Amino acid sequence: MCRDCGCSLGPAAARAPFAAQPATKGHIESIEVITAILDENDRVAAHNRTHFDRHGVLAVNLMSSPGSGKTSLLEATIKALQGELKIAVIEGDLATENDAARIRACGVPAIQITTGNACHLDAQMVHEALDDLPLDGLDVLFVENVGNLVCPASFDLGVHRNLTLLSVPEGDDKPAKYPVMFRGADLALITKVDLLPHIEEFSVERARDSLRQVGFRGDIIELTRRGGPGFEAWLGWLRSEIAARRAAAA
Amino acid sequence: MHELAVCQALIEQVERVARDNAARRILSITVSVGPLSGIEAKLLEHAYPLAAAGTVAEEAKLLVVTVPVRVRCRTCKAETEAASNRLLCGSCNDWHVDVIAGEEMLLQRVEIETADEPVH
Repeated sequence: MCRDCGCSLGPAAARAPFAAQPATKGHIESIEVITAILDENDRVAAHNRTHFDRHGVLAVNLMSSPGSGKTSLLEATIKALQGELKIAVIEGDLATENDAARIRACGVPAIQITTGNACHLDAQMVHEALDDLPLDGLDVLFVENVGNLVCPASFDLGVHRNLTLLSVPEGDDKPAKYPVMFRGADLALITKVDLLPHIEEFSVERARDSLRQVGFRGDIIELTRRGGPGFEAWLGWLRSEIAARRAAAA
Repeated sequence: MHELAVCQALIEQVERVARDNAARRILSITVSVGPLSGIEAKLLEHAYPLAAAGTVAEEAKLLVVTVPVRVRCRTCKAETEAASNRLLCGSCNDWHVDVIAGEEMLLQRVEIETADEPVH
């Protein structure tokens, strides 16, 4: 049972195996259904969103390839906003607690979801993590998804905003190669731009074109976690989203 | 390979349809999938037997209908097909387009077999 609101959402119940039936012919019927295959995930996602809204918390999902700088960005963001905003993080990883440990070392609560073999987070995993994470008094909850540019795109977690990171060493054609992931994002962050002088193959202009062609319509911020105008623009985006969330809740 | 997770969600829906209609066997399941859903039809077909094993859908045939991406141009109003990584108007090449098909991941139809006699 959900500890937060007492609803009946919990770990999926085990199913009884189906008993084989005799091979005689019965009536055959064709039944039209037409439902979204992931409608159960969508239902739990809507429930998560209600939790966040009730607590006035902005929830943000970070997605990218492994190694594009999600955890580093969070560390730098937490340090920059110390004393200004209350932050918590849900970390998704296949096998380790490394990222949650890094976040906790910055002095904010972090819940680690280890997915085992699952290549993505889903709404149910986030819902279970919320059992261990008090939302009272928080301004923003970051969900760091499993590093993967394919699978996380198909699962709504119930967050308010989805971010996709594209780091300079990965190449400027990543949006064209993974269109579903980039198209679904509300904000794109081109990270590690301090490496641009060393990686001539990466053109920010081509990356922007590639994002445009896959149907991405949000803002694009170029930044490095080491600070500078791009990093300030990212903090500005975050502050304005939190202000909008508060205004909506009031 | 999130297609396995998608198949498990699909089987849960099909089991519900089977229960609601007193089916003793599922013969076929029809789903429609667009490229912008993030699901690969081939991977879905490969993952399906793993998810269906031991369920009422164990022997059912999975029929995957692939829906092409279609866009409507805001500038010239044309409706054209598009590649998932090139969402541009096929007529005037403008990027001011709305996607009108290709995002779906739907369970469309379930063909079931019910018992001849009422079950006691």
